[in-house]
Amino acid sequence: MPKLTINGNEIEVENGLTVLQACELAGIEIPRFCYHERLSIAGNCRMCLVEMERAPKLIASCAMPVGEGMVIHTDNEKVRKARENVMELLLINHPLDCPICDQGGECDLQDQAMAYGGDKGRYTEEKRAVKDKDFGPIIRPFMTRCIHCTRCVRFTEEVAGTSDLCGTFRGDHTEIGTYVQSAVQTELAGNLVDLCPVGALTSKPYSYTARPWELKKTESIDVFDAVGTNIRLDSRSNEVLRVLPRLNEEVNEEWLADKGRYAIDGLKTQRLDRPYVRVDGKLKPATWEDAFKAIANKLNGLDGSKFAALAGDMVDVESMFALKLLAESLGSANIDCRQDGAQYDPSVRASYLFNTTIEGIDEADACLIIGSNTRWEAPIINARLRKRYTHGGFKAAMVGENFDLTFGCEHLGETADVLASIAGGAHPFAEVLKSAEKPMLILGQGALTRKDGAAILQVAKQIADKYGLISGEWNGFNVLHTAAARVGGLELGFVPGDCAMDTAAITEGKADVVYLLGADEIDTSKLANSFVIYQGHNGDAGAQCADVILPGAAYTEKDGIYVNTEGRMQYGSKAVFAPGEAKEDWTILRALSEVIGKTLPFDSLEQLRAQLAEVSPTFANPDDIQKASWDDFGVKGDLDATAITSPISNYYMTDPVSRVSKTMAECTEALINPQQRTGTNG
Amino acid sequence: MSNMNIQQPDSFEFTPENLELAKKHIAKYPEGKQQSACMPLLDLAQRQYGWLPVAAMDVVADMLGMAPVRVYEVATFYTMFNKEPVGKHHVQVCTNISCWLRGSDEIVKAVQEAAEIHTGETSTDGLITLWEVECLGACSNAPMMQINDDYYEDLTAEDATRIINDLRSGKEPTPGPQNGRTGAAPLGELTSLTGDA
Amino acid sequence: MLTDKDRIFTNIYGLKDKSLKGAQSRGCWDGTKGILEKGNDWIINEMKTSGLRGRGGAGFSTGIKWSFMPKEVGERPHYLVINADEGEPGTCKDREIMRNDPHTLIEGALIASFAMQAHACYLYIRGEFVREAEALQAAIDECYEAKLIGPNNVHGWDFDFYVHRGAGAYVCGEETALIESLEGKKGQPRLKPPFPAGSGLYGCPTTVNNVESIAVAPEILRRGGDWFASIGRENNTGTKLYGISGHVERPCVVEDAMGISLRDLLEKHCGGVIGGWDNLMAVIPGGSSVPVMNKEQCDNAIMDFDGLREHGSGLGTAAVIVMKKDTDIIKAISRLSDFYTHESCGQCTPCREGTGWLSRMMKRMVVGNATVEEIDLLEEVTRQIEGHTICALGDAAAWPVQGLIKHFRPEMEARIAAYHAAKNAAA
Repeated sequence: MPKLTINGNEIEVENGLTVLQACELAGIEIPRFCYHERLSIAGNCRMCLVEMERAPKLIASCAMPVGEGMVIHTDNEKVRKARENVMELLLINHPLDCPICDQGGECDLQDQAMAYGGDKGRYTEEKRAVKDKDFGPIIRPFMTRCIHCTRCVRFTEEVAGTSDLCGTFRGDHTEIGTYVQSAVQTELAGNLVDLCPVGALTSKPYSYTARPWELKKTESIDVFDAVGTNIRLDSRSNEVLRVLPRLNEEVNEEWLADKGRYAIDGLKTQRLDRPYVRVDGKLKPATWEDAFKAIANKLNGLDGSKFAALAGDMVDVESMFALKLLAESLGSANIDCRQDGAQYDPSVRASYLFNTTIEGIDEADACLIIGSNTRWEAPIINARLRKRYTHGGFKAAMVGENFDLTFGCEHLGETADVLASIAGGAHPFAEVLKSAEKPMLILGQGALTRKDGAAILQVAKQIADKYGLISGEWNGFNVLHTAAARVGGLELGFVPGDCAMDTAAITEGKADVVYLLGADEIDTSKLANSFVIYQGHNGDAGAQCADVILPGAAYTEKDGIYVNTEGRMQYGSKAVFAPGEAKEDWTILRALSEVIGKTLPFDSLEQLRAQLAEVSPTFANPDDIQKASWDDFGVKGDLDATAITSPISNYYMTDPVSRVSKTMAECTEALINPQQRTGTNG
Repeated sequence: MSNMNIQQPDSFEFTPENLELAKKHIAKYPEGKQQSACMPLLDLAQRQYGWLPVAAMDVVADMLGMAPVRVYEVATFYTMFNKEPVGKHHVQVCTNISCWLRGSDEIVKAVQEAAEIHTGETSTDGLITLWEVECLGACSNAPMMQINDDYYEDLTAEDATRIINDLRSGKEPTPGPQNGRTGAAPLGELTSLTGDA
Repeated sequence: MLTDKDRIFTNIYGLKDKSLKGAQSRGCWDGTKGILEKGNDWIINEMKTSGLRGRGGAGFSTGIKWSFMPKEVGERPHYLVINADEGEPGTCKDREIMRNDPHTLIEGALIASFAMQAHACYLYIRGEFVREAEALQAAIDECYEAKLIGPNNVHGWDFDFYVHRGAGAYVCGEETALIESLEGKKGQPRLKPPFPAGSGLYGCPTTVNNVESIAVAPEILRRGGDWFASIGRENNTGTKLYGISGHVERPCVVEDAMGISLRDLLEKHCGGVIGGWDNLMAVIPGGSSVPVMNKEQCDNAIMDFDGLREHGSGLGTAAVIVMKKDTDIIKAISRLSDFYTHESCGQCTPCREGTGWLSRMMKRMVVGNATVEEIDLLEEVTRQIEGHTICALGDAAAWPVQGLIKHFRPEMEARIAAYHAAKNAAA
């Protein structure tokens, strides 16, 4: 633990820290542009220069490791002058277009010019201008504003692993870009906008939309995958204009995947903003009263066993809970939250959770990915895997369709017999798992939704048991979900009771009344004879086949609980009001229950949540994970000989919102279609 | 700055001979460090193709297991990689201080007139491209110019005119000092290394 | 004045047989094995005794530099890297070694590698030196053929010598930029620490030496460090290759003693300043990166590290750029400012932005399209760059301008006055 003196005060810090980090610990702010905690050190902006006694020159504090007895000055004349000098040099070629720059108001360059810069410019020569570039549908570059900090270059190289950006040419002709005209290929592109300390990389969909000081900020949770990324919804009047990540080291660090950030324009399209009732084969606008009445008429006298309910992938726990209670009150156990029919064992939590936890990936030293394109199913978790890989000493392999996951991941084969071979011990990767300290496996929905899903689950468990994936505190068995609602549904028990109908049976048309709560990822072709109630926010497959449509709220329009793939319960928050006559989903169910005479036992969200907390400790402990005990699960069975694939064929379009998002359509056109045309994947 | 407005070929392939040479270059560097061969391979590609198209950069990236952007960085950072076509004879006149003090302005002018081009241009016959460049490290033999791989030193404007005319008429001018001296020895009598010691 | 018997480079003009046989007849490769047998401690000590200071410009003790390498070879191999990226304007000495006297260099590389327990040496030669690289490679091939180097050579120290050509970037003369370039990347200098001796090429212990520093080593070790130390002045010992360019009658590269007076150097070897000594205006004594000296300083300048430092300049690469009275000194320095702008790697702010600012202002100074106050601003901008950059290129860009202002401010002011006078007259 080296001791150093910073501005006259002694401080003892951990070995391996930099002077800049030590200054931060001492509560001293060091200005910087290029330095970023999650990227390699570049030391190029020179804004963090401080004085180190006995050094001939000022030192870049971001790059200098602390040493015993160092004497640092961060606030003397020399340092202040140097900062002012660097600031002036950064500004000489920076355009004065702050009034129309989207970064205005949240610009490091503005802020630091204010705090550390001089009071006038002395540069009267010609300024540099850079030709406009095209980085694809997400990023709108204004490279004349670039200060060459290279954060973006390092991000695509190190975090995203796609190496999209580079610095070409040199000196003051240096240009950051792709060199050849091409879209940035990463699913994490939006983070470049956050990383850019100036207005060089701005958000294309958000261009010239708002000034940051006009925005209301609401902390929430992303629902476009099962990661549970912590987000902030920025809204003005009644519109969410942008989504930003919030810091959560345990979940998303400070990243947000592009779908979660940019699919929100889908919330403005094809919205269900009033109830509809099918009359003479046609959906007709109706009042809430009429819609409820139509449902009540249908339910009147219906045998409970003929009622079924499916929960979709983006719904909140509270509305699933309400729907479950409603079904129970009707005498039905025909409920399922697994639209894809994934075959984990709902009675054994360890069989469906990401037990290692996302943060736990940092400790793993081997990983077997089974039937998952982690890059598309959970870009944030994929980035975490890549981060672990780049630290070294991490052997990864995958079974199933071969995907470019952006990190070294050996492709062992496409079919499940590879798993049997690993489980049997014959496969060389068995040795890798065995000799690893903390091995893990990730089971994707692509494996679990097959007809041999239960058998694959069983083999995976066998591998986990046999090769030390479960040892002491370490649980290396993981299921990666793709649906934000799924684990919440499972924790809630939104699964069929004994001998009750599951998704397959329900979609076979075996129920007379089917309640689709935001469920659109099902085959609706055989539901023609069922009376279908669709409750949700976007007009997609579910609404099309519905007999009654009850307009619900999207995740931005309601408070709601989501449980991520780890089993972590988090609160989403309402940023804006649902459009038109649409209502928050639990209230719809509560109101309906009253109309049909089965009044649900809560009058407020608080009351609902209090009851929910009784169901499972998961719902009583926000932001926390209830560790799952390791029990028996899985059913021995024959393994299918076909290739295991991922459920996602286009990252940018996976749900009723992203399917109607203009931005996601543009991403599909720019990033997915060219690949499919040339036949290369991932 | 990027030269994407230049007509780029769809593909590039090393000749079998150059592929062999490329392998020899790669073998100079330790196992796993083949990226070190990036510059030698780009040079090889440029010598083969005449200039360095993006397709060649991509081939080199592929051969060395590099991300293409890393090769673009290298190809654009170094001035000797020509991202656009140059004439058969790439004339680079040093105009840095030592050459300038001894009349590089006149050399540039002479080349411009002989080749009927401005600096940065290629003559209509496609034979001569003229660049003004930084110090080429032959300062005691100033003024000088490099044409492809050879240095022409101790130039007068007349020398420069003659050399360009020769090149345009298919002759091969003799490289090196044009005033009769040897290497960087002082013109005339030696002041050192005169004995047998 | 140095006599031929004390000259190390016996074929620097290429007038004699350049082949291995020729080199051997002049003493190269003589007793090399015996030198190695004395052990690496002896070699490094003898290099320290010689007082040899690095010939690439910085002037750091070569012997001490070699001693920074780890004593034991661990998991990571050691490397010797030779810096032949000769590009400092005015400098053209290493070129002569490589094309005319290459065996001094190859032998030196073997000895230095042995002393630092390296089995491989990469020589990074500037890309434009195509013929020089060919000449050097021919000499290397001869040495492999004669088993002087390579695996199982007669010297008992396995040693490979590789030539790596650059591709046009002055900044690669900076040792960490050179290493980056050698690794196949842009030549952008690294942050230090770590220093190359700890983590250099491929993250392995590496020493980067200038061509001349390595090439003089065999003769130093043959004759003894004391011999080398007896030439020149204390702390500024030995012989040195000087490259003289600009306004002298007979520009040349010549080996002479450290500490020779500037005037002797120019008059004995170069036929003197064109128009005579009194026609001298200024000299840049060590390559473009050192400050210019005026005539008065030149009158009694001693050509070594300390001698030139006394005049606020430096020996640098001992590339002497001579300017006679009618030279447009402002334009000369402006040309250098353009050079540094062109060669800035663009990595760090002060150099990327500042060099451009300097050269744009200097262009106006050349014609006088400026105000007198802007001379002060120009000076301030040089101070904004100096000492704030990752590598020394920023300093090198600042110093010529500072030297100009220091010694030739009246000329600059006169130019400004003339410009405005002409403009007013025209108006």
